[in-house]
Amino acid sequence: MSNTVIPLLLDSLASAALIFFAAVGLTLVFSVLRVLNVAHGSLYSIGAYVAASIGLFIASRQLSPYLSFAALLCSAVFVAALFGPLIERTLIRWTYGKSEAVQILITFGLFLILEDLQRMIFGVQSLYEDAPVRLLGTSQIGGVVYLNYQLLLIGLAVIVVIGLRMLVRHTRLGRLITAVVADREMAQSIGIDTNRIFILAFSLGVFLAALGGALAMPTSGVAPGLGADTMVLAFAVAAIGGLGQIEGAAVASLIVGLARVLAIYYVPSLDAVAPYAAMLIVLLIRPYGLFGSVSARKI
Amino acid sequence: MRAAYAIAAVLVIATLPRLAPWLQFVLTLAIAKGFAALGVAVLLRAGLISIGHAMFFAVSAYGVAFLARAGVGDLATLLVLSVLTAALTGAVVGAFLIRYRAIFFAMLNLAVSMVFYALFAKLYGVTGGSDGLVVPIPSVFGAALDEPAFMRILFYLSLTLMVLVGLAVHRYLDSPLGHALSAVHTNEIRLEYLGIPVWAVLLIAYTLSAALAGLGGAIAGFAIGRVVPEFAFWTASGHLVLIAVLGGIGGVPGAFIGALFLEMVHTAAVTVTDAWNLIVGAALIAVIMFMPKGLYGLVAREEGTKR
Repeated sequence: MSNTVIPLLLDSLASAALIFFAAVGLTLVFSVLRVLNVAHGSLYSIGAYVAASIGLFIASRQLSPYLSFAALLCSAVFVAALFGPLIERTLIRWTYGKSEAVQILITFGLFLILEDLQRMIFGVQSLYEDAPVRLLGTSQIGGVVYLNYQLLLIGLAVIVVIGLRMLVRHTRLGRLITAVVADREMAQSIGIDTNRIFILAFSLGVFLAALGGALAMPTSGVAPGLGADTMVLAFAVAAIGGLGQIEGAAVASLIVGLARVLAIYYVPSLDAVAPYAAMLIVLLIRPYGLFGSVSARKI
Repeated sequence: MRAAYAIAAVLVIATLPRLAPWLQFVLTLAIAKGFAALGVAVLLRAGLISIGHAMFFAVSAYGVAFLARAGVGDLATLLVLSVLTAALTGAVVGAFLIRYRAIFFAMLNLAVSMVFYALFAKLYGVTGGSDGLVVPIPSVFGAALDEPAFMRILFYLSLTLMVLVGLAVHRYLDSPLGHALSAVHTNEIRLEYLGIPVWAVLLIAYTLSAALAGLGGAIAGFAIGRVVPEFAFWTASGHLVLIAVLGGIGGVPGAFIGALFLEMVHTAAVTVTDAWNLIVGAALIAVIMFMPKGLYGLVAREEGTKR
């Protein structure tokens, strides 16, 4: 019994960690800006492309392979610094107060633009640089061999959940964000610079998206279409957890990860259906997600 | 005046393939997408944005392929049955989804359509997986045709249907049932107080929009000769919304203007550049920001000022 349960749980956790990184930025941005960013998946795949490019550069120059860990983080910071303020200031800001249809369409337009830009810059071949995975090696748990990198990702996901919680609850910036989420106008009227909060929150969302892409790259590589695939997965997770709920996204990632692994174990042909089926079931019962509510929106 | 424009436009479209034969396929596909975009536009009237309508497009196209494999070989029968399949699927899916509004409606449509996509792609034995299924050339009223003859018939049939179905949808949108859609958008509670059941208004609209998407899907399946899971992918649904908004959701012609415009620009653009999505994305953003009524809005606004 335990022979199957432990690997199953570990697989689910590893899968959930990757799924969480794909979704957390989307839900964070929605909670603060109240904009569903359809281009989120593209920022994820851009993060992966940049990480792969830097990683391949390091490998080609025979630099210390340990630099590739720094490369993963640097690429996420780079993508966030480049795209975060730019996109928020130009496109997203224009949609504040407009209908969801407009927000979805504007960001869908951005998605189309970013997908083509990636194709023009990085080409259509898939990129793959697994130095971080090779460096960390493997370990054996319960008779099954695991990549230490996967276990590291689980740890990182936990750190990000706790880190975001600390940020929101215990820092000045977090309190400002909470105030803006609770009541935008009131926050403005007591002197909070909401524009600054929006730029920061959106850039943080872009950072998390790009980091997710960068962290996933060493295990699965990056190819055209990754952005579109990630987008729907992130949607599903964010919706299951309740849009704008970070802890909700974490729990939803576990559910989707488990659903996917169970599908792979027992009905392999249905593994791609599992996340959406889970989303459907949850949303039909609780339209606002597991942790969402109609009126009060927290992060 | 507007009718004169419309007749002139239809006549131009009808003669174009005689002048440039390669345009026939492009125009057939544009009309097919126009039907689906019209379906999306009907729901947009009620303020409901569906990022999932490509599922009905795909369901109908797969329906044609399945029926053809089961031995149904007549064009008219295949069209009617596949559109009915899409409408029925729409009625079932709609019965669950019309309870939701705004982003939740959009996302649930997305989720259902991705379930369809994943099933089409994964049930290899039934759907042929990512290779898809072949849509054979059907007979027309018992006559077996070669490919060029059938494609010509398909084009003129699509064009005729565009006019007839377009008029019917126009009548529907102008009926109390159609006006109730915009009322749902403006004030749903007031509509309930007036004794109009919102769920019935929306379910009829949803079923109709699924049938329209299905009609488009069946035509596209015939024109392309193959149906693949990508028909149902969420970006395809996004493109349908894009066409509807680009053309303008103000009236029936908008969806077809948007589809024709997009396909023509596509055909022209691929000869110059492969950054097609970039152009479309930028155009979409520009249209939403600077001409919220879409391409059709340009014509419609002119009419408005003359009066």
